[in-house]
Amino acid sequence: MKAYLLRRLLQSILVLFGVSFVVFLILHLTGDPALLLLPPDATAEDLARFRQAMGFNDPWIVQYFRFLKGAVRGDFGESLRHGEPAMHLVLERLPATFELAGAGLAIAVALAIPAGIVSAVRRNTAVDYVSTVVALLGQAMPTFWLGIMLILVFSVRLGWLPSSGRGGLIHLILPAITLGLFTTARITRLTRSGMLEVLGQDYIRTARAKGVGEPPVVWKHGLRNASIPIVTIVGIEMGTLLGGSVITETIFAWPGVGRLSVQAIFNRDYPVVQAAVFLLASTFVIVNFLVDVVYTYLDPRIRFR
Amino acid sequence: MSPPPVEAAAPRVVLAPPRPWAEREWVRLVARLVRRRTAVFGLLVVVTVVLAALLAPVISPFDPLAQDISQRLKEPGWQDAQGRVHPLGTDHLGRDILARIIYGSRIALLVGLAAVLISGILGMAIGLVAGYFGGRVDDALMRLADVQLAFPFILLAIAVIGVLGTSLRNIIIVIGVSSWVVYARVVRGEVLSIREREFVHAAIALGSRDGRVLVRHVLPNAFTPWLVVATLDMARVIVIESALSFLGLGVQPPTPTWGGMLADGRVYLSTAWWLATFPGLAILVTVLGINLFGDGLRDTLDPRLKV
Repeated sequence: MKAYLLRRLLQSILVLFGVSFVVFLILHLTGDPALLLLPPDATAEDLARFRQAMGFNDPWIVQYFRFLKGAVRGDFGESLRHGEPAMHLVLERLPATFELAGAGLAIAVALAIPAGIVSAVRRNTAVDYVSTVVALLGQAMPTFWLGIMLILVFSVRLGWLPSSGRGGLIHLILPAITLGLFTTARITRLTRSGMLEVLGQDYIRTARAKGVGEPPVVWKHGLRNASIPIVTIVGIEMGTLLGGSVITETIFAWPGVGRLSVQAIFNRDYPVVQAAVFLLASTFVIVNFLVDVVYTYLDPRIRFR
Repeated sequence: MSPPPVEAAAPRVVLAPPRPWAEREWVRLVARLVRRRTAVFGLLVVVTVVLAALLAPVISPFDPLAQDISQRLKEPGWQDAQGRVHPLGTDHLGRDILARIIYGSRIALLVGLAAVLISGILGMAIGLVAGYFGGRVDDALMRLADVQLAFPFILLAIAVIGVLGTSLRNIIIVIGVSSWVVYARVVRGEVLSIREREFVHAAIALGSRDGRVLVRHVLPNAFTPWLVVATLDMARVIVIESALSFLGLGVQPPTPTWGGMLADGRVYLSTAWWLATFPGLAILVTVLGINLFGDGLRDTLDPRLKV
């Protein structure tokens, strides 16, 4: 098991290097980062002086290692707009994004896994059809439209829930539903198909034949064996949730990293963009490594590989 | 239970008579697909959207760009002075919403098709190479896939488009180049088993070069799962395109896009609900249609495929 985890750890570190290189490239896409970073009315002399000062004339490999040296210390330079360290701005907004993504994930897991199990156990009944149709719609519905429709109904028409900002639980409801629905739909469908597959296995028939009651058959023999793909998708969906927060936070004026990065892109505040992209991508890599650690507990076969 | 029928020993040489039409592989697959009602429904939706995009100038009741401030924010079913009905109402500039939705399907489908082709071909090539050669090459390419997957897609897309500037070409390239991972993984998985099959060994033994083996023998056998992934990915790309347009980083106004219409409508949410509602429904129905058709295609062609 140690060898397996060590290999996965090394792979994750390798991926983080790749991530840092892509983040570095963002600024160099147009060929001249000085043009991106300075205001459009900068003179040719300003540009030349700036390039020299920032080291943009060095070979790109030198520039990348300089960038990497900063990145591992969390130093992405100062925000062009706020004059604060970019990483500081992003870290300040991170709790809000985690709160929203966590709430979205909680809703998804709490709804989807029971719905998927019930769908599989009561296959082809009304419950199954309703949950399947809801899951299909949830997968097809664009996040931003769902958010706007929820605001239209619950904020504009009914006036029950606030449409923007962060505060107590009441502020969290609409954004969390908006963010979580797609993930809910996905996990529901996966749980249903996974459970159907497992419930058709020989060992389930054996368990029933030797007189095990239906609840333990479903929960112990069934769900445990169907849990690996479910845990995988939950790990992958963390990425969907962190990415989805960009749209959801914009709609609900939620003060998180997603909204900050959209604003930074429009303000051409690239140090902040780089810091935000790097932090969210790294979070995803770390979460997926942790998911692999969880696997080794769920599936002993991996431990002895 | 009756005992299984004993199979007759196959004669050494058989000149196969031409297969009757109804027994051909693809005819049977189509017949099986048609029996899935949800898949047929999905296909009908997709065909409708494609026809709307192709025939937009013919079927559209109004010019999607024609502004008339005196007729702004009229509710669905509103009749103007000349007796012409706006079935879905008008927007904040007095433009007909139905006409804009019909024309908006053009951008959605164009970006969807072009981006899926780019990422599909890229992913197919990477998957073929990774699965066929294995070893270090495979390791390197799969780590590259992990790097790609680590980025929240929409964030990377808006960052890159924010730098490069918004244009139809940039949007297609950015979505296309960063969506190859699903294809590569699925194709790689197929290739891992295909390369151990006898016809591949035979081709290598006969002296075919790697490139020829890959293109002539491996690729055709990995095509089916690729097609399923491409169909389902089209839906995802359409949502991404409208999300970019919604954020103002898509195809720029006045060209009608579903996402752009939604962004306009958001401002008038408290006074004119129809502005934001209908473009979103257009996205929902299109994506639902593609998903249903793709699910049916998967279940018919390759039920074990996990996409």
